[in-house]
Amino acid sequence: MHTANHTEVSLRVNGADKTVPVDNRVTLLDLLREHLGLTGTKKGCDHGQCGACTVLLDGQRVNSCLKLAVSASGGTVVTIEGVQDLAGGDGLHPLQEAFVANDALQCGYCTPGQICSALGALAEADAGWPSHVTPDVTAGVESAAALTADEIRERMSGNLCRCGAHRGILAAITEVAAVTKR
Amino acid sequence: MRSIGTPLERQDARAKVTGAATYAYEHHVDGVLYAWPVTSAVGKGRVAGIDEASATTVPGVVAVLHHGNAAKLHTGFDLGPVQQVSVPELLLLQSDEISYRGQIVAAVIATSAEAAREGAEALAVRYEERPHDAVFRPDDPRAYVPDMVGDLGPGHVARGDADAELERAEVRVDVVYTTPAQHAHPMEPHATIAAWADGRLTLYSSEQGPSNTSQTFAFLFGMDPADVEVVCDYVGGGFGAKASPRPPAMVAALAARLVDRPVKVAWNRPLMTAHETYRSPTIQRIALGADRQGRLSAIVHEAQHMASALSGYVDQTASSARMMYAAEHARTTATAVRLDVPSPGWMRGPGEVPGMFGLECAMDELAGELGLDPIELRIRNEPSVDPADGTPFSSRNLLACLRTGAERFGWADRDPRPGARREGRWLRGTGVAASRYPVFTVPSTARATAENDGTFTFAIGAVDIGTGARTVLAQVAADALDVPVEQIRLVLGRASLSVAAFAGASLGTASWSWAIDKAARMLREQGAAPGLTVHADTTEEVNAMRQVSRNAYGAQFAEVEVDTVTGQVRVERMLGVFAGGRILNPRTARSQLIGGMIMGIGGALMEAAELDPAFGDFVNHDLAGYHFPAHADVRDIDVIMLSEQDNELNPLGGKGIGEIGVVGAAAAIANAVFHATGRRIRDLPIRLESLRPPGSRAFQQQL
Amino acid sequence: MKPFAYQRAGGVTEAVTTVAANPDTVFLAGGTNLVDLMKLEVARPGTLVDISGLPLGDLGHHPDGTTVIGATVTNAALAGDRTVRRNFPVLSEAVLAGASGQLRNAATVAGNLLQRTRCAYFQDVRKPCNKREPGSGCPARSGTHRDLGILGVSSACVATQPSDMAVGLAVLDATVTIHGPDGPRSVALRDFYTLPGDTPQRETVLRHGDLITGIVLPPAPEGAVMHYRKVRDRWSYAFAVISVAALLTLRADGRIDQVRIAWGGVAPRPWRATVAEGLLQGREPTAEVFARAAHAELRQATPLPHNEFKVDLTADVTAAVLTDLADRARDPEVTR
Repeated sequence: MHTANHTEVSLRVNGADKTVPVDNRVTLLDLLREHLGLTGTKKGCDHGQCGACTVLLDGQRVNSCLKLAVSASGGTVVTIEGVQDLAGGDGLHPLQEAFVANDALQCGYCTPGQICSALGALAEADAGWPSHVTPDVTAGVESAAALTADEIRERMSGNLCRCGAHRGILAAITEVAAVTKR
Repeated sequence: MRSIGTPLERQDARAKVTGAATYAYEHHVDGVLYAWPVTSAVGKGRVAGIDEASATTVPGVVAVLHHGNAAKLHTGFDLGPVQQVSVPELLLLQSDEISYRGQIVAAVIATSAEAAREGAEALAVRYEERPHDAVFRPDDPRAYVPDMVGDLGPGHVARGDADAELERAEVRVDVVYTTPAQHAHPMEPHATIAAWADGRLTLYSSEQGPSNTSQTFAFLFGMDPADVEVVCDYVGGGFGAKASPRPPAMVAALAARLVDRPVKVAWNRPLMTAHETYRSPTIQRIALGADRQGRLSAIVHEAQHMASALSGYVDQTASSARMMYAAEHARTTATAVRLDVPSPGWMRGPGEVPGMFGLECAMDELAGELGLDPIELRIRNEPSVDPADGTPFSSRNLLACLRTGAERFGWADRDPRPGARREGRWLRGTGVAASRYPVFTVPSTARATAENDGTFTFAIGAVDIGTGARTVLAQVAADALDVPVEQIRLVLGRASLSVAAFAGASLGTASWSWAIDKAARMLREQGAAPGLTVHADTTEEVNAMRQVSRNAYGAQFAEVEVDTVTGQVRVERMLGVFAGGRILNPRTARSQLIGGMIMGIGGALMEAAELDPAFGDFVNHDLAGYHFPAHADVRDIDVIMLSEQDNELNPLGGKGIGEIGVVGAAAAIANAVFHATGRRIRDLPIRLESLRPPGSRAFQQQL
Repeated sequence: MKPFAYQRAGGVTEAVTTVAANPDTVFLAGGTNLVDLMKLEVARPGTLVDISGLPLGDLGHHPDGTTVIGATVTNAALAGDRTVRRNFPVLSEAVLAGASGQLRNAATVAGNLLQRTRCAYFQDVRKPCNKREPGSGCPARSGTHRDLGILGVSSACVATQPSDMAVGLAVLDATVTIHGPDGPRSVALRDFYTLPGDTPQRETVLRHGDLITGIVLPPAPEGAVMHYRKVRDRWSYAFAVISVAALLTLRADGRIDQVRIAWGGVAPRPWRATVAEGLLQGREPTAEVFARAAHAELRQATPLPHNEFKVDLTADVTAAVLTDLADRARDPEVTR
């Protein structure tokens, strides 16, 4: 189907190529949840105000609720369902293991977004990107391993949690940030 | 073999970190349609006309649900005071009357979510508007005392003559505290898939009480509760907002009935602010009278609330003051004014949270008046029996919480002078407050089966909204059977499993664990031969519980920094010490208590739902406008759980910990802000303008 | 949301021609604000022309110190760029103070400049709003306006421009490059935004079809120190209550040489405090002098009851930021 208001969207999602005709109004989030059956990515606000829908698009964390599927076409997406494969092992990704070990979740609804966001945030730190709390933006940060608690808190602030699992989330990310190879 | 008391890993953690956990909207149902609601654009009046064609001409739209074609619901039954609260909001589309802006007047059903929403946007609705009143104000002459408040107690309770005694008291604090409306905003918005088949209704729905929801919908549709299945395997938080079934589930059910196909709905944030229960704003007068030694003689707590035209529900804001402290004279009075607004209702710690904010800040003020340490003031007013009715406490370890916390927090070195600790542009201060939440227990049933493979299946109509119930109940079953927890299969999240308590009022685990424990013991007593199934029901035991005063207690400590340039507050450190009976799983309990304290930070510093009187709705109706803590707001925060033996509870000895973490947190923070700055802020939230320094007006003359 | 057509732009001129020819056709880049507004029905375009594939994503640094930022450079890439961080730290700081990591990865520089106000009445299509529906009225004045403007506002509209980045750009004397139906042109950022007056629906000098192609930053003054401070209701992920960007150089005698001040969260545009700047020339850089200058600027303020506090707050934060900058200008070893 390709009419004025519909477009065929091609994406690589968690390593698999997907081609789906969609109404142009469909967001990447709704494409994942309603059309591809990947419901691990959550809709918490649909307006970029909570972070529950965070996925990695071409390696960077984004709010999939504000990304039209058509505009993402041609891109590579990793959702929570594909995070395990990023580590290349059989079991959970070390960050997922750390979330479990630190009880970094309660209701679990913000969790996939927190995990995808943390993976993006750690990569940003490894690129030296400063944050709002970096003492000197010119110097930036050395790497993810060098992030202070305040740095992690700031970089994760785009992911709201209402149950109050922040402490466990910080502990989990801190553990994984310290490991150079992720 | 003991599993209870060990920090067993959350049983559903792996499903949640991999995205495998399936929440309501995520169930696959063949042939499902989508609905989007149309809500009233006027604050009061009636629907004068609906032009269906304006929506049905939108490609993909299948039908428009409205009061002219919605199934007629049954009324005139009595579900009991708790469940009855939700009914007025569920009687959707039964007439053309509009009671508040945002009330549902129609829903558009379509083959895609996009088309349903487009149709809803296009639907032309004509209104006959009448003037609405959405101004919540002090001294409203229409204020009345409700017969019953949220804890099922009366609105007004008095002992002695508190008003007269207050006049005679040597030292008096007589102040007004206000708290704003607050939204729970669980991370998962309300969502339901409704499917009718062969006269049965299945709701895949985000609910805190599958049994309650099943029973309520059964009554409303004139059905047997056995024919209403409610599936809530995973629920993305509730905090009271899903403790009763809400309009989204009814929209789905009515829409599915109309088109005879399954229908799914998911609310967005603005809709939630019209249809989720929210915490009423309060205006509280608190008057404390004491002698110079700090012994309270009189307590007056008057709390005014907002109720809606549809619902007369009123929080138990004044109830804690009845029993927290030994005072011979006390008067506690809840009042309410019904306005043309969305219906207030339960939000985590309903009543206790705003009420203990007022009371515990007033205690801090009294301590200041007396020149007494605020912990010592509480020690001097510790009652030996419940002051409200003279009943004994099942256990009360408030002082142990205060003392343990004082030691761990470093309270002894505290300089009581306000505004005396400055570091650069920051002022630093510490504060303390007491916490209390009542213990409720309701009858529940459960089923247990000894399987052929040596494992045991326990089924209960409970739900895990993030509390850890799935984990803790398995631990309870394992210990009762004296088997490793790996041998337990715990199934919950469906109404059909058993009639059970809801996940609310901190009573879920306390009530469910009793039924699970009983089922396990029955299984054992009957030999537990493979294939044996038993049904346990705790109604008799719960009803036989002695009349004693059952409460969990806690002490909250906070350290804040206040930016003297801007007035911004940062909570640097918090410690909560709680005595909540036996802790069944310290790992999940700690998370829940800390989570409550973080919600308390929100309540203290940022959460306020702003009602716009001109329109009668909430203006800041999304997560950009309604702030609750982000990661950056959550710093050093810790919990100590005191071990507590209480033989007057359920056999497991747990008191319930879902809410107490929020209670008192805002007071501890507000008291710390006073200690830091010398400014007593009596209106929540404490935003920066409350703490602006007297101003730089001195510099305003010409350069 | 109403249905819309979608196309990817093949080139700048083609994109401009397409949009200019159709009143209900608009450009799409990161989408973080446009898609948001489309869901709210505030924006109801018939066609989106996606410019994210156009060659406007470069960030160029010239030997003379000029930096050219392509329109579709993401906020994150801008803030993370090493040269930007070294030469224009106030810009990095401003960008990093806004939104979240996820949003900054998607949002573009041009889109950020064109962010619409976060006024709750503007965002609710069932309520009057002069900006959205000229002549319908402004409920904010008598309703909820605590977060709205105190400077440059009018009886028709008290909305604020929500961008943090634009406030940082304002003290860097940035220029916006535009490709319009009549070809390319440049507009100084200080002239880019219009004040609401009686026409709050108009927010910039852009005409329909004009495409922002980039932003040009001239070299910052030699020895300048600069900083962005944002005040908000929680410690991250919230729009500004107010914010201050400032740039300062001192003369050899320690007096103020160049000073630039811009405010966010208080006006329909990043507010350059030119009155204050003028008063500060050649003065001693003391907290009191800075506060007096800020108040002189704020004499134009027309606050409403619930945002009256912003007047003193803005002055106080301005004085604090400039005082810190003066310390740094005197002694480069002073850390931020």
